[in-house]
Amino acid sequence: MAENQDLPVESFRRDLGLEAVQSAPVKNDGPASIGNQLKGFWVTFITMFKKVNTVQYPEEREGTAPRFHGRHQLNRHADGLEKCIGCELCAWACPADAIYVEGASNTEENRMSPGERYGKVYQINYLRCIFCGLCIEACPTRALTMTNEFELADESRESLIYEKQDLLAPLRQGMLMPPHPMYPDMDDSNYYKGDVLGSHPSQEKP
Amino acid sequence: MTTEVVDMITVVIDGFEVSVPKGTLVIRAAEKLGIQIPRFCDHPLLDPVGACRQCLVDIEINGRPFPKPQASCTIPVEPGMIVKTQLTSPVAQKAQEGIMDFLLVNHPLDCPVCDKGGECPLQNQAMSTGRGESRFEGKKRLFDKPINISSQVLLDRERCVLCARCTRFSEQIAADPFITLNERGALQQVGIYQNQPFESYFSGNTVQICPVGALTGASYRFQARPFDLVSTPSACEHCASGCALRTDIRRGKTLRRLAGDDPEVNEEWNCDKGRWAFKYVTALDRITNPLVRDSSGELREASWPEAIAAASLGLKGKRVGVLVGGRTTVEDAYGYSKFARVTLNTNDIDFRSRVSSDEERDFIASHVVGTSTTYRDLDRADHVLLVGFEPEEESPIVFLRIMKHVRKRALKVSAIATKLSRGNEKLQAIFIAVAPGSEAEAIAKIELTAKSVILVGERACESAGTLSAVVALAGRTNAKIGWIPRRAGEPGAIATGAIGNLLPGGRPVSDPAARVDVATAWGVDSLPTSAGKNSDQIFASAKTGELDALVVGGVDPLDGALASEALLALDRAFVVSFEIRPSAVTSRADVVFPVASVTEKSGSFMNWEGRSRLFESAVEGSLQRSDVRILSMLADAIGKPITLNTVKSAAKEFATLSKWDGARASFTASNSKNISVTSDEAILTSWRRLLDDGSLQEGEVNLAGTARKSVVVISPKRASALGVVDGDNVKVSNTQGSIILPVLVENIHDDAVWLPRKSRGAHLLETLGSASGTLVKVGKA
Repeated sequence: MAENQDLPVESFRRDLGLEAVQSAPVKNDGPASIGNQLKGFWVTFITMFKKVNTVQYPEEREGTAPRFHGRHQLNRHADGLEKCIGCELCAWACPADAIYVEGASNTEENRMSPGERYGKVYQINYLRCIFCGLCIEACPTRALTMTNEFELADESRESLIYEKQDLLAPLRQGMLMPPHPMYPDMDDSNYYKGDVLGSHPSQEKP
Repeated sequence: MTTEVVDMITVVIDGFEVSVPKGTLVIRAAEKLGIQIPRFCDHPLLDPVGACRQCLVDIEINGRPFPKPQASCTIPVEPGMIVKTQLTSPVAQKAQEGIMDFLLVNHPLDCPVCDKGGECPLQNQAMSTGRGESRFEGKKRLFDKPINISSQVLLDRERCVLCARCTRFSEQIAADPFITLNERGALQQVGIYQNQPFESYFSGNTVQICPVGALTGASYRFQARPFDLVSTPSACEHCASGCALRTDIRRGKTLRRLAGDDPEVNEEWNCDKGRWAFKYVTALDRITNPLVRDSSGELREASWPEAIAAASLGLKGKRVGVLVGGRTTVEDAYGYSKFARVTLNTNDIDFRSRVSSDEERDFIASHVVGTSTTYRDLDRADHVLLVGFEPEEESPIVFLRIMKHVRKRALKVSAIATKLSRGNEKLQAIFIAVAPGSEAEAIAKIELTAKSVILVGERACESAGTLSAVVALAGRTNAKIGWIPRRAGEPGAIATGAIGNLLPGGRPVSDPAARVDVATAWGVDSLPTSAGKNSDQIFASAKTGELDALVVGGVDPLDGALASEALLALDRAFVVSFEIRPSAVTSRADVVFPVASVTEKSGSFMNWEGRSRLFESAVEGSLQRSDVRILSMLADAIGKPITLNTVKSAAKEFATLSKWDGARASFTASNSKNISVTSDEAILTSWRRLLDDGSLQEGEVNLAGTARKSVVVISPKRASALGVVDGDNVKVSNTQGSIILPVLVENIHDDAVWLPRKSRGAHLLETLGSASGTLVKVGKA
């Protein structure tokens, strides 16, 4: 009777169809030989004289690789107009669903980008982003690129959802803060071809 | 039932045999086999045109091949036909790739900014049947883009592939040929007439069927991508046609609505109101919390328990009237109906928040509930008679269905009306001009057959005797009657007994057996026995104090015949209002309950046929409650529960009561009253236009842009007597007020003057206190 009584574990294993599986016996050869121990300590010892790879981050820091995938940036044309046209292809490409975009119409009074459409809302959720770079591959206007900035830790979830103003590239020399009109006698295809090299006085706000 | 004998023809497509009815197009026969031939211009509901040439296939008949590939969307199947599509024929494949090359020659690389991107047949078919690379190196043809062809529809001519779907729709389906293809060759383009903008009530359908992004809707422009949107099949809440719709939502906000595909009802079309009037749901002034009037007389936000307690205190043991409104779902209307009978112990309930009559109430009880007139009857009709009904303005899908048969088989349409409308012109209707009030005489002279259909609108009740004449005509000729109200909730409210003389399922209140039947189902000892008051009487008695309180659903008091009296009644009585937005009722109410709008709740509407239009909540996790849930909580607080805690339980309970095989109420005929007119007077007549100042269209700027202009319509005789021509201002006045609008001289009865009932600058019931059948003075302004 007692022989037939299965241990609970055994009957559970049988229920799962695991009868055939035999657990391998643990091989115990006793303590390692003194020669093997010395071999291990030699590795530790010799490392003390090797060149150190770690740096004292954050006091010391090394640059990233030039094509490192860091925080995104929304670029501008040379006159300051935004390159983003709000097409949402980045959001579409994103495997982590980290990007949210809403487009809107450019008007004469409120022109943010060349052409008809601009991105009114642009959010990247860095809690979700996996920095794969599919979004920048998808971008048809090279509006979205990645910088080398990687220090994105923060204290709250909300602050890790970057809004458009957090992502936009800063104004450089010769750029004007949109909204402002397009460069005179240029259309959106001139912008894409890179014919616009800076702002024109007529684009400045009166 | 007769079964039609159909000749079947067997053809071979890509090596597979398929039998299809004679006359079937090759492209459709291929679909039956699951073979998708690429196409742009082909649309099953439009006449074939062969404009885009994308569907080229190789065809041979009885061993004799066509010398060149043929457009499969224009060729009907023939016996012995062997078809090879792009799947089996390199010739067809090369031809299709060549056509795609040509179509893309002038098509801009706009996809990133184009609204169609992501759901574009051109994108999809360029991927599936086009070449990987373009061979075109020249400059593309450029146009100004986009141009407004109406305030709602934008045209980008660069993107157009000249499939002529939009122009064919406008001509063949809507009969509004306001857009055509102009010019030739590469410059060919869709254009509008210089003097006539694209002001069609159905223009939104052209946006939906455009196979590229050439036609886009102004209100959806750059709003979203298809992958952003969560689509829910839904039902239209605007009229009783009962369109199936698709509602597209992003993050809880409706961004667009499209016509759903229901061949029995709306086919694949809907009207612009159903498509573009939905912003009221997300209006900023939505009521989201209960409001209670405090001791100082101010409405302030309150918790649900507090509001329920306040409402139950004001209703318990009081004489209460219930005004349901014409926009409730079937389940909500059932809730009101049961609440009135069980909790308030009264039959003083009426859903008609408009001009109505007791003749109409009898007509509804005897000839509307349980009738079986459907769209199918229109398909088979030999003659359609329109009485007090403008299908284009009041039920646009009914208009499209009649129009289809007018075009296909010259269906005879007659209209008894005071004014010849544009809709009736398009239907080529025989216009029988009558003075308001004398419709009955004209109806008596009509001859119909048993295959004819009489379509009666809600305005038929406005002249006494009209409905009696309709009943007599139907009795004499066996023609079918279809009663079509404007508002989507009215047929459902009738079926659920949200009216003083009916219980659910069309059971007459006067029938003891019917009362026992319903009382048993509801688990109460008895139901009130006498027929209740109608909506005008409910307002009147609330004003005099005969009723202490009112429970008011979605009612605009200014839509009824007694607008000023209704406001006084609301001021005086204890009012519990169920509303989504502030209104003339909520500002006078003592307790306001916020209710869910149609996108936030599930339920069903019943269209004019009595067909159920089920829909699920489009917005997930909405906190808004349906009317019936709140009524159930209120009934619990009052101590006479109706136990309808969910929409589902209301639907289930109503289903058990929806059929009644006992006797219908009888109908007593009324006599008509003729109105005599002096020379400077006219009889007022009016109807609501599809696009007007209705509360569900508020804030829809683009939609309002295509509303027809407000005018005063008079006959040529009156115009010459007044010495006015088209465009001159005239003044229409009575003792209550006056309206000044430009005049339009049209085909209207000499004794009548027509104005839109609630359009910009013409709110008749508010200004004149009447909308039809009363005398007004007409003079030069």
